[in-house]
Amino acid sequence: MNTHSDRFRAPSIPKSAMPLSTAALLISSLTTLLTWFVLWQLALAMAGVTEEQVAVSLEKKMYWSAMLARVSDLPWFAWLVLAVLALVPLLLFFPTVKAILQARQARTALQFENLIAARVATANSSNFSWYAIGYSVFVVLFFGGIWFVIAKDIAVGNTFFKLDLMWEKASLVVSAFLTNVFIFMVAQVFILIWGLLIALARMVPGAAGQPIRLLATLYTDAFRGLPSVITIYLIGFGLPLTGFPILGDLPPVWYAIFALTLTYGAYVAEVYRAGIESIHPSQMMAARSLGLNFTQTMRFVIVPQAIRRIIPPLLNDFIGLQKDTALVNVIGTIDAFNQSRILASNNFNLSTVTIVAILFVLITIPQARLVDRLLEKDASKTRGAK
Amino acid sequence: MSFLEINNVVKRFGSLDVLRGINLSVEEHQVVCLIGPSGCGKSTLLRCINGLEPISGGEIRILGDRVSGAGVDVDRLRRDVGIVFQSFNLFPHMTVLENICLAPRQVLKLSKEEAESRAIELLRRVQLEQKAKAFPDQLSGGQQQRVAIARALAMQPMLMLLDEITSALDPELVAEVLDLVRDLAAEGMTMLLATHEMGFAKEVSSKVCFLYQGVVHEEGSPERIFGDPTEDRTRGFLKSIIEAGRM
Ligand SMILES: Nc1ncnc2c1ncn2[C@@H]1O[C@H](COP(=O)(O)OP(=O)(O)OP(=O)(O)O)[C@@H](O)[C@H]1O
Ligand SMILES: [Mg+2]
Repeated sequence: MNTHSDRFRAPSIPKSAMPLSTAALLISSLTTLLTWFVLWQLALAMAGVTEEQVAVSLEKKMYWSAMLARVSDLPWFAWLVLAVLALVPLLLFFPTVKAILQARQARTALQFENLIAARVATANSSNFSWYAIGYSVFVVLFFGGIWFVIAKDIAVGNTFFKLDLMWEKASLVVSAFLTNVFIFMVAQVFILIWGLLIALARMVPGAAGQPIRLLATLYTDAFRGLPSVITIYLIGFGLPLTGFPILGDLPPVWYAIFALTLTYGAYVAEVYRAGIESIHPSQMMAARSLGLNFTQTMRFVIVPQAIRRIIPPLLNDFIGLQKDTALVNVIGTIDAFNQSRILASNNFNLSTVTIVAILFVLITIPQARLVDRLLEKDASKTRGAK
Repeated sequence: MSFLEINNVVKRFGSLDVLRGINLSVEEHQVVCLIGPSGCGKSTLLRCINGLEPISGGEIRILGDRVSGAGVDVDRLRRDVGIVFQSFNLFPHMTVLENICLAPRQVLKLSKEEAESRAIELLRRVQLEQKAKAFPDQLSGGQQQRVAIARALAMQPMLMLLDEITSALDPELVAEVLDLVRDLAAEGMTMLLATHEMGFAKEVSSKVCFLYQGVVHEEGSPERIFGDPTEDRTRGFLKSIIEAGRM
């Protein structure tokens, strides 16, 4: 009793928000300076200034006049882009200024012993400060990246991002990428079916199901452990050598699909199994109690619920699969990676490989968003307002 | 010959003897209540009757036909014996209508129209026809339990097993579910129910069985069990129930 009233007699006074907002101001300012420095370097790089020329001008003590002369030759749209980029870090000052104003307001409120107003203003101030600091980090990393690309006479840029070369070879690489797309599209369909079969085989009930369970377990253990590149290699080179009627003379792309289905089928089987086991046993019991047999219960009750839960981990495995289509180059299939490597060695430049890298990243993003959307839609359909 | 005969049924979970020789009979159109302390095996017994748990000894007969042991067609048995659980166990990815129609369509092979018209009729009698298109998570507990009962009734079972169907419900929702059970009893549905609602048990049942330590410790008419129990354990149990304010 006593302690309660004591606590309320001495309410907590909010800590001053001044130091944090001052730090935010400092960080935003430094970020802005760094940004402008990088942009200046970028302007120099675009104007074709080399490190050597910079060194010479410094020696002659005429850095600014020499450099400004060079930079002034840049076309107007280059200036436009640079100017817009230069304005970006200034946005940081909106939250920073708000943070400082709120911190001052908190101080005034405290002087008038208006504790509630002081708390609100302090909370606002620290929110704005962290917002500014967070975005500063973002901006620093972004412009730091640009600096990395243009440093040392655009060493990184010319190695990985040679735009004219990329532009010229893009269509070749993209059309080779269609091979990757074909492989993973077809493999995904097979994997969905094959993985489910394996998962169900691992869960067949009863003593009679034991040999089936054992087989399925052996399979998953083996193919999850086997690196997919080895599976592709063995199947892609091995099966044609055996001379089996149909299996022996498929086009290489189909060996890749076969090998990837075997590997990823094992992964996906485990995902299915985890999903099925995550459905509470009472669902199985309820379905069986209505007279549905094991297969009907799985088909109508358990698997439909499990699917909804496994879509995110399934997408993970599918993205893994999509990336692994690049491994088919070991059996000589001309996929995007193989094509870009050929182009890279012909041109002594890695920029064509960068295109493939970008393509792989680009295809995964819409998939992730689509899955988010689907899950959200399903959730809002079956969930109550509770 | 009784409708349901349970002869000396034993059930073990590993080394735990849950049922140690249950003897019980249910006549057609009877309502038999199982009462007893938590963990005495009421749910286990009901699940054994429905074939959801294999029994370790003894036998269960329905209309003289043995329905326990190896080789029994449990799917067939479950068509005739419906069970409703404490926790409803509706299928959350299906609408109310789909929940009710699933088994009639897949097990009884009714057409979609037949199954749906049967379902709508049942929903009307549990007063939920306006919820046919809702999903279980959009219903209150009492509504969900009524749907679960309708789902079991859709198979037109000969025997209904009800396992503490009101114990997961808020007090104000209990009445709507019990009213429904009362109606079923009045229509002559044969039922075996485990319950902690002693007042209700007293009112609807033809016979009350007190389960204790895996056996039927005492059984008799509700008037006798609740009014004049002969066994000390039964008295003790009823006393604790009265003290807890549940009767
Ligand atoms: N699947 C199982 N495996 C092991 N033990 C179990 C299992 N199911 C039930 N039991 C045990 O069997 C005993 C009886 O459980 P049961 O659920 O039948 O009790 P109950 O009479 O229904 O109790 P309550 O009134 O609390 O529902 C308990 O001791 C329980 O722990
Ligand atoms: Mg129970």
